[in-house]
Amino acid sequence: MSKPPAPARPGISMEAAQRRRARLAEHLRVGKMTRTLVTPEGAEIRLRLASVAERAGALFIDLAIQWAVMVAMWIAFAYVAASIGFGQMHVAFAFLLVFHFVLRNFYFIFFEIGRKAATPGKRALGLRVASRDGGRLTADAVLARNFMREVEIGLPLQFLFMGGDQVGAWIALLGLAWSGVFMLFPLFNKDKMRVGDLLAGTWVIKAPKAQLMQDIVSAVTSPELGARFAFTPQQVDAYGIHELHVLEDVLRQSAPVVKQQVAARIRAKVGWDPGTGETDLAFLEAYYAALRKRLEQRMLLGERKSDKYDVGR
Amino acid sequence: MSDMLKSYRFREEREADWRKLDLILTRAENSGVKALGDDEMTALPRLYRQAVSSLSVAKSISLDQNVITYLESLCTRAYFFVYGARTTLGERIMDFLRRGWPQAVRGAVGPTLLSFLFFFGGIGLAFFLCLQDMDWFWTFHGENILEGRNPDATVEYLLSTIYTDPKEHGQSELAAFASSLFNNNAQLSLVAFALGFAFGVPTAWLLLYNGVSLGSMYAVFWQKELGYEFTGWLMIHGVTELFAITLAGAAGFVIGGAVAFPGQKTRLASARASGKQAATMAMGCVIMLIVAALLEGFGRQMINSDTVRYVIAGTSLVLWCGYFYLPRAEHRL
Repeated sequence: MSKPPAPARPGISMEAAQRRRARLAEHLRVGKMTRTLVTPEGAEIRLRLASVAERAGALFIDLAIQWAVMVAMWIAFAYVAASIGFGQMHVAFAFLLVFHFVLRNFYFIFFEIGRKAATPGKRALGLRVASRDGGRLTADAVLARNFMREVEIGLPLQFLFMGGDQVGAWIALLGLAWSGVFMLFPLFNKDKMRVGDLLAGTWVIKAPKAQLMQDIVSAVTSPELGARFAFTPQQVDAYGIHELHVLEDVLRQSAPVVKQQVAARIRAKVGWDPGTGETDLAFLEAYYAALRKRLEQRMLLGERKSDKYDVGR
Repeated sequence: MSDMLKSYRFREEREADWRKLDLILTRAENSGVKALGDDEMTALPRLYRQAVSSLSVAKSISLDQNVITYLESLCTRAYFFVYGARTTLGERIMDFLRRGWPQAVRGAVGPTLLSFLFFFGGIGLAFFLCLQDMDWFWTFHGENILEGRNPDATVEYLLSTIYTDPKEHGQSELAAFASSLFNNNAQLSLVAFALGFAFGVPTAWLLLYNGVSLGSMYAVFWQKELGYEFTGWLMIHGVTELFAITLAGAAGFVIGGAVAFPGQKTRLASARASGKQAATMAMGCVIMLIVAALLEGFGRQMINSDTVRYVIAGTSLVLWCGYFYLPRAEHRL
């Protein structure tokens, strides 16, 4: 995570080396999307920026909601108009027009100015708007980032639907290319900022709610279990931090079949003889506890064994 | 054997406090600060600091992914809550009206003058060109627009567009009329603001174009010696509306200027500083256009006396200028 792992030993299989490279590349990619916020208390909080795909997804959800509301309003308008006659509908029509304007321009502002700093679309994807300098998200920043949507979405669409003769089409094409720059702006900067974000001093971060689960180690607190699963130092040194985290995921999420396979592989690797009555789950939990203990001890001494290929200095 | 695990004991000792903080945050996020009791409010800063320090310790001693992910998410949520704005929407609106808006407008006198120059330059240009040769009107407008308010119209027809026969239009029709005008103008002013980002060039063009459109129409009435009446018809709401459009253009120029000429700051910092100011101005324009639409939809159609129209126009000019430009005491928090 923090320290790049040492290069792999020569002699590992091609396939394993490939997987490892892919893993490190993924780490690097995630690292590029992570920003560190230093709180006034001096602690570091890592923020993960939302990817362009997540942003686009949130936008589509929001646009769909806006469309749905507007269509529902028009249907209701038409229904009422049909029953009492169009002549009496001027006030309703006026209301509808203003409502359309408010919905188009203030939908985003209304939700982002609120406590969660996120529209329903953003909330669905675990995103929120935050000030780039770590300060408060002010109302004028929310206004700035959302009024700019006019050139980022409205303008390209206008050029897209601008038809006409040949000259008109060329002008539309040029306009589309020009306004496309605004629309595609987030693709071309490392913070994935829209033009609106740039002007408002904001960015969009991924801040999902995480659940605290049971510590796996708590399952193996009894001394009898400790005596039963007494691993030798060589046995616990077989793996590194990456494998520990994979094992954690397996224990928390995977199906019994997977656990059985993983247990078999670990037993074969470390040369563990399963005695009678030993379940796969018990073995995995005990090995997890032993491995974590060993790796945490080494970490305290300043040695991070990043994966099983990492032999340190 | 796990009793030897430092990270396990570490978690055991602090977990209750983390969960307490989680609970408070969840409550606050769902139903607002008011849902929190006094004891929770006083506990919050301590729990927050503890969670933050737990996170930095956990990062150095624990290899439990779940704990670190959880603490990171908890601290992020707590940070945004503790250091986030806790003003209500009403307070924000009051602050905007009392301080933010006039301050933003007062801070942009230069761009406002520039915007005024383009807009009224467009009006003046079209006006004088059309007075010399009415063919210019058709160059600017093409055929069949402005409801027949063109050089071929008779004086009687033009007069009828200026004064409304109260029996002719119902109240409800006026409402529809006003709201559609508001829609067009408000969207226009937001576009003028947003286009400022392209160094202000499209904003200047937009101002000029709308100025030309208005100026040529003015010339039509002027030539038929209806200048005085037309001015009253236009200015009863026009003072507010034209002011708003000028300010929207100024907001665009504020951004364009900041992006093109950042000065001592970095381009990013400069854009950020002026983006907020300009957005405040644009928001204000929307409010002004609501006022203008009310004056236009109701005031203008119901008041048919030139004198009253001029009085309203003059009063609105004085009020707006006073609101924006009169020096006032700074409120310090």
